Amino acid sequence: MDLVALLAIQVLYAIASLALISVGLAIIFGMMRVINLAHGEFLMLGGYAAIVATSHGISIWLAILVIAPIVVGLIGIIVERTIIRFLYGRMIDTMLATWGLSLFLVGLTTAIFGNTTVGISAPLGSIEIGAYRTSAYTLFVIAVAIVVLAAIFAVMRWTRLGLIARGTMQNANMAAALGVNPPRVYAVTFGIGAALSGLAGAVLAPVSGVFPTIGVAYVAKSFITVIGGGAAILSGTISASALFGAINQIATFVTTPVFGEVALLAAAIVLIRLLPQGITGRFFRRGL
Amino acid sequence: MNERLLNYLGLALVAVIGIAFMVLTPRFAELDAVLELTVYMVMAILALSLALIWGYGGILCFGQSAFFGLGAYTYAIAMFNIGESTIPLLLAIILPAAFAALLGYFMFYGRISDVYLGVITLTVTLILFNSVNSTAGPEFHIGTARLGGFNGIPGIPPLNWPGNKTAAIDLEGMFYLATGSLLVTYFGLRLLLASRFGRIMVGIRENERRAELLGYDPRAYKLATFAIGGALAGFAGCLFANWGNFVSPTIFGLSQSAQIIIWVLVGGRGTLIGPVVGCIGIQWLSTALGANQPSGGADWWAKILANAPLILGLILIAFVLLVPKGLVPTLGDLAQSLLRFRGRQTAKRLEPEAAE
Repeated sequence: MDLVALLAIQVLYAIASLALISVGLAIIFGMMRVINLAHGEFLMLGGYAAIVATSHGISIWLAILVIAPIVVGLIGIIVERTIIRFLYGRMIDTMLATWGLSLFLVGLTTAIFGNTTVGISAPLGSIEIGAYRTSAYTLFVIAVAIVVLAAIFAVMRWTRLGLIARGTMQNANMAAALGVNPPRVYAVTFGIGAALSGLAGAVLAPVSGVFPTIGVAYVAKSFITVIGGGAAILSGTISASALFGAINQIATFVTTPVFGEVALLAAAIVLIRLLPQGITGRFFRRGL
Repeated sequence: MNERLLNYLGLALVAVIGIAFMVLTPRFAELDAVLELTVYMVMAILALSLALIWGYGGILCFGQSAFFGLGAYTYAIAMFNIGESTIPLLLAIILPAAFAALLGYFMFYGRISDVYLGVITLTVTLILFNSVNSTAGPEFHIGTARLGGFNGIPGIPPLNWPGNKTAAIDLEGMFYLATGSLLVTYFGLRLLLASRFGRIMVGIRENERRAELLGYDPRAYKLATFAIGGALAGFAGCLFANWGNFVSPTIFGLSQSAQIIIWVLVGGRGTLIGPVVGCIGIQWLSTALGANQPSGGADWWAKILANAPLILGLILIAFVLLVPKGLVPTLGDLAQSLLRFRGRQTAKRLEPEAAE
């Protein structure tokens, strides 16, 4: 029984972390049709921002929840203004340019921080589930994921910003005709997407540590999640994370973590063969 | 001048330069330079494989290094088990081609759009990297070959003349083999592109819907193109394993994939000579950058110059933003507009006379 509870928490954690690392990408992709291959590096920068801030004596909660998203969000806006905005509508070229950006950022962080893993110890200690122990930080990650998703839903559904964003997403020309300034919406969206990625990277930094090439580990998983989810940002991210997270964690439990990852990626390829438009191309079509 | 004549002249020029390079280099260059050039030639074959499927087939494959690595690993493993290189060489071509065909079936018959295609190929490459990377223990072996995980497989036996185990090909022989293969690949691809198949392939790249309405099945053509590209990359992988006598999982890595794309992008999509030029140029640049490795100290400028990902990333961004067509087509356009400009000048000078 305790084992089942533990496994349930781990599956939930896998789903939550997958949703967290994907949602920033989902927003950028869903809104702007831009495939940001430097997404993994945004996560990495979030981790470094949190660690550097903590080492300067700032409270770890402040560093993770406030500083990391702000820093990476600003970087995102700079990237949008200097590179991405010249490439709207040229999807393949944006992929290539952001890939170049990703290599550049990896090189830059290697030059600054060195090619070693740095970490912060996870706060909160551990909790007991019957005969087992698990880190309380796991529960914190799950909580952050839930709050982030709920906040995105609220913003998209009930605020003016969300209305403008959804309108621009559906028909940018019509939105422009009604007085919205799409380039500004895009810049803000890209910044928000980057900020969420920074948050995710910082939240996961105590679990995995941070090193310059950590983005590679994230980027494939988050892409697969976004593409598996399909066009709808929220319901797509949630449904795809649930599916892939569960597969990953169960395969990990039965075999090894590496095989869990392979199972996730293989499942994703089969899913895309079956549902080329992603899960929300067929189900939950009216979701956000 | 007649366009066809120009085309043949270009081909002849490539042939002459290529053969002269192949014959003369080992006579005049030091052995280490020959070694270095050999790997450039091998990588140029890899660049051609992507030039075919991306530049002409219109399929952006982020995972060309998957086929490359698969070829290298297949050769290494088969070589340890068989000991004679003919079958391993063939396997190193067939297996990646078959893998490309399988993957291509999922992607093209699933009608996945271009962008998802890039992501899927990227993912597959990562799967291979992760899987091979974690096979370090002695329990992972195929036949007598240990996979070695992140340590790689050292001491791979070299190629030998078909049928004769003892006649291993030496370093100079490797250079001839690699350069010869590059030339054969180049002219083979030119032939392929001039054939009916090649023309349909380019037609599909230009307008898939139209080609389909004309009765061609784009899925089958793309699949075939992709498989040929996979075979070529596998062959290059086999040569690469031979060159260093060593393979490790980094061969599947993202930076390897990135390099291949950068070669093609910098050289020029839709040409064959461009990617070869791009490949050799970038490799030379990487070597030159790596050579002035800082010997300790805090000389951060040298540190940045020696930092290959940083420079490659900048090159990639700069080319996408500023020279999206690549070097060779841009230079070609430039030459053409210069010619046209001069032609116009001549016409202007002639005009008043004609008016008289």
